[in-house]
Amino acid sequence: MLKTTPFHERTSALCESHAWRRWAGYVVASSYELSHEREYHCIRAAAALFDVSPLYKYLIRGRDAARLLDRVVTRDVARSQVGQVLYTPWCDAAGKVLDDGTVARLDETSFRMTSAEPSLRWLEANALGLEVEVEDVSEAIAALSIQGPQSLAVLKALGDIPPLKYFRLARTQLRGISLDISRTGYTGDLGFELWIDREQALALWDALLEVGKNYGLQAAGMLALDVARIEAGLMLIDVDYVPAKKALIEGQTSSPYELDLAWAVNLEKAPFVGRRALASEKARGPAWQLVGIEIEYPGLERLYSEVGLATRLPQAAWRTSVPIYSGAEQAGYATSGAWSPLLKKYIALAHLRSRWAKPGTELDIEITVEHRRKRTAAYVVQKPFFDPERKKQ
Amino acid sequence: MRRYDAAIVGGGHNGLVCAAYLARAGKRVVVLERRDRVGGAAMSEEVFPGFRFSVFSYVVSLLRPEIIRELGLPRHGLHILPLESTLTPLHEGGKAGDYLAQWNDHDQNRRELMRHSRRDAEAYDEFGVELHQMARLIKPILAMAPPDPTSLHPRELLDLGRLARMFANIEKKKFNALWRLLTMSSADYLDAWFESTALKATKSASGIIGTMLGPRSPGTAYVLLHHYMGELDGVFRAWGFAKGGNGSVSEAIAAAARSFGAEIRTSAPVQEILVERGRAKAVVLEGGEELRAGIVVSGADPRRTFLGLVGEKHLPGEFAESIRKFKFRGASAKVNLALGELPDFTCLPGRGPHLRGAISISPSIAYLERAYDDAKYGEISRRPYMDIVIPSMLDPAMAPPGKHVMSIFVQYAPYNLNGGWTDSRREALGDAVIDTLAGYAPNIKSAILHRQVVTPADIERVVGLSEGNIFQGELSLQQMFFLRPAPAWARYRTPISGLWQCGSGTHPGGGVMGASGRNAAFAILGGRA
Repeated sequence: MLKTTPFHERTSALCESHAWRRWAGYVVASSYELSHEREYHCIRAAAALFDVSPLYKYLIRGRDAARLLDRVVTRDVARSQVGQVLYTPWCDAAGKVLDDGTVARLDETSFRMTSAEPSLRWLEANALGLEVEVEDVSEAIAALSIQGPQSLAVLKALGDIPPLKYFRLARTQLRGISLDISRTGYTGDLGFELWIDREQALALWDALLEVGKNYGLQAAGMLALDVARIEAGLMLIDVDYVPAKKALIEGQTSSPYELDLAWAVNLEKAPFVGRRALASEKARGPAWQLVGIEIEYPGLERLYSEVGLATRLPQAAWRTSVPIYSGAEQAGYATSGAWSPLLKKYIALAHLRSRWAKPGTELDIEITVEHRRKRTAAYVVQKPFFDPERKKQ
Repeated sequence: MRRYDAAIVGGGHNGLVCAAYLARAGKRVVVLERRDRVGGAAMSEEVFPGFRFSVFSYVVSLLRPEIIRELGLPRHGLHILPLESTLTPLHEGGKAGDYLAQWNDHDQNRRELMRHSRRDAEAYDEFGVELHQMARLIKPILAMAPPDPTSLHPRELLDLGRLARMFANIEKKKFNALWRLLTMSSADYLDAWFESTALKATKSASGIIGTMLGPRSPGTAYVLLHHYMGELDGVFRAWGFAKGGNGSVSEAIAAAARSFGAEIRTSAPVQEILVERGRAKAVVLEGGEELRAGIVVSGADPRRTFLGLVGEKHLPGEFAESIRKFKFRGASAKVNLALGELPDFTCLPGRGPHLRGAISISPSIAYLERAYDDAKYGEISRRPYMDIVIPSMLDPAMAPPGKHVMSIFVQYAPYNLNGGWTDSRREALGDAVIDTLAGYAPNIKSAILHRQVVTPADIERVVGLSEGNIFQGELSLQQMFFLRPAPAWARYRTPISGLWQCGSGTHPGGGVMGASGRNAAFAILGGRA
């Protein structure tokens, strides 16, 4: 049996499309309306509300809580401030990424960690000899993500919220409901995530939708989120990389350097799992890099025109492996892509061997036009594809 | 004195597009805009505190995708929000269900059509395929400087050859369909497809937009196709709002032009295009400042450009005659409303998704034709055609929280109104619009906080479009393609050497398309557009 989230009573009533997607053993809406298109535009022009309860969540408490996390993740947790949230990957001993998520410092000695994969065993295995308690609060805590230029206005309409910088968190009350608000998200836009006891979930949902109608707030599903996260250049586990624990061969694994996460690896901090391997990888440089690519429109237009058709663009984000070439050689592969309705560009995330990973490098990507495999021009661009000022303002 | 490679008269979207392309090619360009902001009729303004309006043009659809791409407009702030549906209420005071809606979702749309006619529901897909094919046939023509079929100039012959090849490859069936579309009235064309009055009415409405013609006038089928050529994200016939209003389109183009080095001056009204010995030498601003430029490009309409800024004495007689006869006959008005609450339609009560799309007051072809009849004899339509949108539904930043802006495109309000336009006639137009709308959504009168009425005379006065024609000259067949704006002068050139045109009074015409501006720039740069 698949589980339903604490918001299911509300989300299922809204889900006109009957389109659901599995996420970590839960069902969540793929889209609420018949098409995800408007939900996507709400992320960028108004506000969108996502049920992100299926995330795994762990409460890590005790004198050595920071030490445990520092042993696991690649960023410097000890030096994080109370109220700070760190996005971070974590690795196995070979320096290959197991998972990525966030670590929020709730106070000096307690943290909440989110992950995409169950991580209790990994955390406990690394906690030997430490005075720390790890509690799986995945089911106890419900989570919503409110994203978009109007997201702050919606929250303010509910009550006083403390000023929050990007990747900061605060505990507060909205309409008598206690919750943590973090200025985080998976859209690359202005946005917040709300962490709340599951008993209060429906009350929060109702309050948000009630005030939200004046700000264009729309419940949105995973299809819309997928387009937004690609625009934001944010990778997705199991889609853009294989977590090391699931990899059957070494070639399926990726290091943080290969995933463009060098900025999130701190080799100077206290020792952590995978550090030695990462130090030597840093010295020799990663073999692969996760980059943004843009598929050029005129080439697409030409291919479609040759068969007498108007250019076809993907109506939703795709997540399949697509070969990318440099001349006759395969330079790498794209793992997810989308037509960006905002940028009017066909964009994708791709793993390229480092020699082809420099922005501006011209490549060819495979594309199927009327049942025939063709190649069309694409080039490497800087991520994120979309990075509005309001995200951090 | 500063010297420019090109001085562009008018900072409407076409002038800005032209400036951007010229600047991108390394030219020193200055754009001179009379008003205090760019955009011409593609302009946003906070008309009432907290309420932002696309005062004149109000939707985006025809803006050429290649312009968006080549100028990088999204990077400069352009975000187009799709309009997903059209609601056509069928009777004043109609009971629930008394409407025709067109939805984005294919199945939902078909089911809705089946309520009205099961045959039309089936024919609708075929109709869509035909218009898609026709739009594809016409599309390449939008991006070319139209060749003159009466000329033997090698360049014209070359382009004619290209065109002939294009059409020679068309299947007979498609060619016949295209010919019908070019010559028929939209009512006749739709009669051949559908039986449902409601469907025909709502479809025929796009054939009369901006034109002093009724749905039964020949040639309107083409206008229908012209509006069908809208293309967003590879989908034909896709309409949208620019976030922030249509001014955002102009501002994004202006930002792109500036990024390429163009200089844009607002509050810089051009008084005269200075012609010496048959050549445009400079522009003179009101107040006397003179700007010399290698070439002058006018984004103003043909009448204003040639008869106003240049002056007839510099023009060949035959050409001046053509320009004098170029038809404008503005017939469209706008009513912009600030609303305290959303309209509640008796035919579809509540604040459902229909309020996020267009609402078309076009219950039958007879209704539209009668609206035209009033205008034909110089009167405001007693029961006007209206195309209504509520941009704040998709872009809440357009209005204060919980409040809304409504944009009502109104036809017919003839420029040549019997007795002329006065303040009281303007308000009478506003009243006719609100009274009509109240027949379908009775709460509208109490919902209105502020009202702005824009007549064709206002459009002419504020934006400078002659007779308030939104296309800078009627989009009728005798004024299209190699005849736009005058025979032998359709390639953006003019009889004055060094003077070019880039407004929508040239091929391919209006609709916030930008194609005229881009084609003109390519022609100026000597490349083939």
